[in-house]
Amino acid sequence: MTRPALRDGLFGLAAFLILAALPLLTTSSALVDFVIRCAALGLFATSLNLLVGYGGMVSFGHGLFFGMGAYSFGIIMQRTGMPIPLAILLTMAVAAVAALAVGAICVKLKDIYFTFVTLAFQMLVHSMIIAWVPVTGGDQGLRGGIPRPSFLGINLADQKQLYLFSAALLVLGLLAMRHIVSSPFGYTLRLVRDNPTRAVFLGVDVYRTRLTAFVLAGVFASLGGVVMSLFVSGAYPEFAFWTMSGEAVFIVMLGGTAAFLGPMVGTVLLLLLNDFVTRVAEHHGLVLGTVILLFALGLRKGLLDFVMDWRAARRTRAQADADRIAGTNTIAGTDKIERVAT
Amino acid sequence: MLEITNLVKSFGGVRATDDVTMTFETGSLTAIIGPNGAGKSTFFNLLSGAFRPDSGDIRLDGQSIIGLSIGEIVRRGIGRAFQVASIFPSLTVEETMLAAVSAHHGHASRLGSRFPLASTRAHAAHCIEMVGLTAKRDTLSSNLSHGDQKLLDIALALVLEPKVLLLDEPTAGMGPEERWRVIEKVRELWERQKITVVFIEHDMDIVFKIAPSIRVLSYGRVLAQGTPQEIRTNPAVIEAYLGTEHEAAA
Repeated sequence: MTRPALRDGLFGLAAFLILAALPLLTTSSALVDFVIRCAALGLFATSLNLLVGYGGMVSFGHGLFFGMGAYSFGIIMQRTGMPIPLAILLTMAVAAVAALAVGAICVKLKDIYFTFVTLAFQMLVHSMIIAWVPVTGGDQGLRGGIPRPSFLGINLADQKQLYLFSAALLVLGLLAMRHIVSSPFGYTLRLVRDNPTRAVFLGVDVYRTRLTAFVLAGVFASLGGVVMSLFVSGAYPEFAFWTMSGEAVFIVMLGGTAAFLGPMVGTVLLLLLNDFVTRVAEHHGLVLGTVILLFALGLRKGLLDFVMDWRAARRTRAQADADRIAGTNTIAGTDKIERVAT
Repeated sequence: MLEITNLVKSFGGVRATDDVTMTFETGSLTAIIGPNGAGKSTFFNLLSGAFRPDSGDIRLDGQSIIGLSIGEIVRRGIGRAFQVASIFPSLTVEETMLAAVSAHHGHASRLGSRFPLASTRAHAAHCIEMVGLTAKRDTLSSNLSHGDQKLLDIALALVLEPKVLLLDEPTAGMGPEERWRVIEKVRELWERQKITVVFIEHDMDIVFKIAPSIRVLSYGRVLAQGTPQEIRTNPAVIEAYLGTEHEAAA
């Protein structure tokens, strides 16, 4: 194992231990619920950032895979009652097949066409959910609860255990995605994002690279959907509605696209804002809109990107000062002021 | 050896490449010159597979490359750098080269391991060293000077270990000093690597000084070919190309 991989692993372990210790400090069930929702949305938003930040593909239909994850998992559990880990793997496989089919068409398209065709596919799936009542429950959603049989001594019907399980899925999912963006494939994806034409002349298969990213993103979005359906013990058409995709785009904008954990920061921010604002204000959409405007026009980037850039700039300045004192010259332009996912 | 026979490419009614026949010997250094719109870039696009010719043949070491994909032509050994430096702005020099080497070695889709692969380091470092960017390997590509960006573009082509290297105006848009620095690097590369280098160039001083062999294109046709001395004294070239240059300068 390489050192950066080990560092990521330890970081993940530490994060999990902290999350696991949280319920010991407080008995607030609101906090437990908050973290589970963070796990669902965080996996979803981070998977979207594989496309937006690392692939340069702004999907507006990513909710399709979130919804599909929730519904597939719910339907599998209601109809077969197979062990939960197996059902999760099967759900991810279903999402992979769906992403392969949708992506095969979408990733050929450029920019705005990509964005809108992903949106179109999402609305198609949303309509299917509404129309296919015998399987999906139509606009009422998948009701009757999702069975949660115990496995390996874990009982997800218990909120504490569901909490730990969600936290574990979040950490594992993030580690897996972190590994993806740190792999040779992850860097091929960056080549394609930055300059697809040049990548072709390096012998890179641009279509295959984009499609692989699309499938991987779909799979991890579905994992977010699984966590959500476990949390609410059901699945609802809104999970596959365009506003769900919009929420993920919103999160990515809030948190940032360059730093890997940007979308995670965005998720926490959005949920905090959401919970706080809905409690105090009647028109919470208005407040949320204002906040996103402040981020877009004020910071011009997500929060974590802003912090990282600020730190990088400060380091560069400190370096320049130190060099000036030492009387040496720096090589110009070693600072990373405008960051993209690296 | 790169052999081109009766190559034709038309856009609408315009024959951008009009019955071009020429040969680039293995290990040669050749400049292609010609007035604006002479079809030089189109010619390069045909050689690298970006355009498909209407008729004619291109053979690399005896094998036709017509109809092959860009990726396949790259694998056969024709690499190119671009008129406007075509780089990856958000990656550092080293990241760019490591990613390019990794793709060239067939690891583009590899998910199981961590970037960079140990096996890619030596070749990446070698290519960076060949264009003289070793001291700037941690610099973000978008922060490089114009000349260094062009050198990085060339280094990217070198990753593919090409038999033939096509350079579209390697000194375009540079000041005189940077021009000579870049072109000296190109010459040095050619001498060290023993690859076939073909470059498009507008600066006559550079062309006459470093290219042992020159081809002149005009209106898509081959107007003349020969040594710098032969080209300098060729009446057709003087009339079609150098003449207008002199008038423009006067």
